Amino acid sequence: MDRRKFIGIAAGASALALAGSALPKLIGGGSGGGTEESSKTRWAMVIDPSKCLKRDGCTACVAACDKVHNIPGFHDPKHEVKWIWKEPFENAFPEQENRFTAEQFKEKPFILLCNHCDNPPCVRVCPTQATWKRGDGIVMMDWHRCIGCRYCMAACPYGSRSFNWSDPRTHIERMDPGFPTRTKGVVEKCTFCDERIARGEKPACVEACPEKAMAFGDLADPKSEVRRLLEGRYSIRRKPELGTQPEVFYLI
Amino acid sequence: MRDKGLIFGGLCVFLVAVTFPVWYNVAAGTTNKGPEPKLPAAEKECVASVDTMRTSHMDMLIAWRDQVVRQNQRTVTAFNGKTYDMRLTGTCLKCHDNKAEFCDRCHNYAGVQPYCWECHVDPAHLQRTGGG
Repeated sequence: MDRRKFIGIAAGASALALAGSALPKLIGGGSGGGTEESSKTRWAMVIDPSKCLKRDGCTACVAACDKVHNIPGFHDPKHEVKWIWKEPFENAFPEQENRFTAEQFKEKPFILLCNHCDNPPCVRVCPTQATWKRGDGIVMMDWHRCIGCRYCMAACPYGSRSFNWSDPRTHIERMDPGFPTRTKGVVEKCTFCDERIARGEKPACVEACPEKAMAFGDLADPKSEVRRLLEGRYSIRRKPELGTQPEVFYLI
Repeated sequence: MRDKGLIFGGLCVFLVAVTFPVWYNVAAGTTNKGPEPKLPAAEKECVASVDTMRTSHMDMLIAWRDQVVRQNQRTVTAFNGKTYDMRLTGTCLKCHDNKAEFCDRCHNYAGVQPYCWECHVDPAHLQRTGGG
């Protein structure tokens, strides 16, 4: 083998090796953008609106959440702080636009909360990592670290995040010392009751629902209640076309 | 010595001015004694030795905070083999139930203002003010 041939073979081999290592990244996009850790658990919620709508004007879940998380009740809608709330079907699912929406859903309030997306845009934009995705799927908030820039609020397509424009403490009806309040200038949202899950309990809203319209469980477990419900009935999610992979399902 | 009055008068004024802080503190009853935080009567043992708590409780609380919020690690096994929940209100204030006479006494003396209480709730204070 002469010198020229050797260099040619060597160059070809290294080009092949480079392409081999870069290709999977180009095709597969890496491993989920680096936001997901491998975990055996994937928390999710399944809501059955037909059960929820049985009780007109029921706000048991909202009240339970407000109570255990010291959520302030600002009267000005611009200052509203909410973790779980109700919204008419047309606003909750704008992509389901239909001149003939079934009467059972039309203008009916749907229960909304943070979707704990698999691909959360809020996490991507947070400059301080005050919000991040846990291995078990919960999009967590670290209020110690939030600087109140509100990028996450701009990024969230579901309006799941609220900002404390003024001191929330003066607007809390009954303060529960078991859970901290927030301060002025901090963003807050639903955390799937991470503090209750750690104690082996279900989220407060799930427990409070008189119609048992909400189910909470582990998507990774094929025998879990959420998996059973999702396999048995057709379900929709909010704005799936955005690719955020919401993990709150609505049974139809 | 024509300016005797002026010189000695000036010296007197100078001495009074220089020693003013001493007299001021004597008059105000200030002493150089350190703060005396009120310890819980029933409990004899904290989550670490007294010396560690005295010098490093702030570092420990920061470590607890990060472990609970960011790592979802909620309990700690202390030096005495007991397991504690890493909670400021739930664990620390359970024994040290008088924040005003324990935390605040030292913090006021040292002139530090920890911002823990801007979010975390002191149940005793809540009871006095009737919530809200």
